[in-house]
Amino acid sequence: MIQKLYDWIDERVNITPLWRDIADHEVPEHVNPAHHFSAFVYCFGGLTFFVVVIQVLSGMFLTMYYVPDIENAWDSVKYLQTQVAHGQIVRGMHHWGASVVIVMMFLHTLRVFFQGAYKKPRELNWIVGVLIFFVMLGLGFTGYLLPWDNKAFFATQVGLQIAESVPYIGEHLKVLLAGDPEIVGAQTLTRFFAIHVFFLPAALFALMAVHFVLIRRQGISGPL
Amino acid sequence: MHRGKGMKFVGDSRVPATREKFIPKDYSEYPGKTEPFWPNFLLKEWLVGAVFLIGFLTLTIVAPSPLEKEADPTDAAYIPLPDWYFLFLYQFLKYDFASGDYVVIGTVVIPGLAFGALLLAPFLDKGKGRRPHQRPIAVSMMLIGVISIIWLTYEAVAHVNWEERAEMGKIVEEVEIDQTDPGYEIYSNQSCINCHGGNLEGSPAGPTLVGTGLTADEIADIAVNGVGGMPAGQFNGSDEELQQLAEFIASYSEEGGH
Ligand code: HEC
Repeated sequence: MIQKLYDWIDERVNITPLWRDIADHEVPEHVNPAHHFSAFVYCFGGLTFFVVVIQVLSGMFLTMYYVPDIENAWDSVKYLQTQVAHGQIVRGMHHWGASVVIVMMFLHTLRVFFQGAYKKPRELNWIVGVLIFFVMLGLGFTGYLLPWDNKAFFATQVGLQIAESVPYIGEHLKVLLAGDPEIVGAQTLTRFFAIHVFFLPAALFALMAVHFVLIRRQGISGPL
Repeated sequence: MHRGKGMKFVGDSRVPATREKFIPKDYSEYPGKTEPFWPNFLLKEWLVGAVFLIGFLTLTIVAPSPLEKEADPTDAAYIPLPDWYFLFLYQFLKYDFASGDYVVIGTVVIPGLAFGALLLAPFLDKGKGRRPHQRPIAVSMMLIGVISIIWLTYEAVAHVNWEERAEMGKIVEEVEIDQTDPGYEIYSNQSCINCHGGNLEGSPAGPTLVGTGLTADEIADIAVNGVGGMPAGQFNGSDEELQQLAEFIASYSEEGGH
């Protein structure tokens, strides 16, 4: 039944090559921890992706309760954390996931760096990877403000001061992020929310797509 | 892509009607025991993923994510602290050569150089060799970078008074005060309400009276004799009223919690 359905779609859309590109390839021995235990270092990239998936899913559920305005943001987080069934776990996954993904990404970066895997022909993918790293730090920075507790508020104030210290464009950068040259308030929260939930994830997905297409194109780097 | 005369397509689409046989790719580049990704290797990946997920969920349950009290922009005493992965920058900006007049060095120049070098690493480290010992400069730069980040983070963490922070960020529960209680009437007719607020929540002139842990006798004593920054002789009335007032306040001294 499923096979028939597949064939029916495949005849019209030719999805087999697509499927091939995604899943039908050999895994070389030197990256397979079943053969060489030390190959576990190749897991960090995959784990980073896994945690990103966790972040996306838990984040989607968080927005079902979260209200991005200064009157209600904190209360909505507190409500989610204390009253909603499993709310604490969903928020916990997003909160801790944000840290775990940075750790995994850091380890993945170190693996690629120390193996010299960024050398020709993989320079482009390294650059895309570093850009992903920046986007992730941006997600961490903007997400930190959203619960609108004291810690979030004051850390963001410092972050905005840092942005302001950039020569020439500093002021504009700060207004762009905070919505006002002086006040960290309602505007700042909605802007950070928009950046955290729409702008940066869009950038992240685009970069991740390029990252993965390049990996499939070029294959994994050979053994040292 | 194969194109040209004689090709047949499905309807008027671009999908070819006849499929070419799958020609296995050449893996002679990596001799040894290759394994198909699907399904063999993916199955193992899923096992690793499942174990990882269990560990991760345990973490979220054992350590609930923290939430401090609602943002209060007037709280001038609050010492800001970023999330842990920005602590290295936070610490770096404390040094004299990277703060004050030189803050641009700390916020733009050094991080810009470091991250710029990271971004352009493939073009700075152009040698053929991939092994670490074949590119000593790149590897030692990276090691210096990693060690300084770890060290700066450690320094930042060591300088934070975590207990004080926990106290500073604690959520103060708002307590329902029974304003019909005869004790409340005495409280509001005495001077107390001016400094300790209409809901015992405190004001800049006096601390909250909720969750102090004091007994009625101690409160009665404070009301008459004062304590610390609170002047003596705030209460004037009968002993009976004093007793009622003290018991009223004491009934909230176990709530919220210090
Ligand atoms: C002039 C302002 C002022 C008035 C009026 C005042 N207090 Fe106080 N009260 C204070 C201050 C300031 C403190 C903190 C003293 C310290 O610990 O240094 C305090 C502390 C206290 C404490 C101890 C709280 C603790 O956490 O240990 C109690 C109990 C108390 N006041 C009760 C009263 C009562 C009852 C009245 C009314 C009869 C009253 N106060 C009137 C300023 C005031």
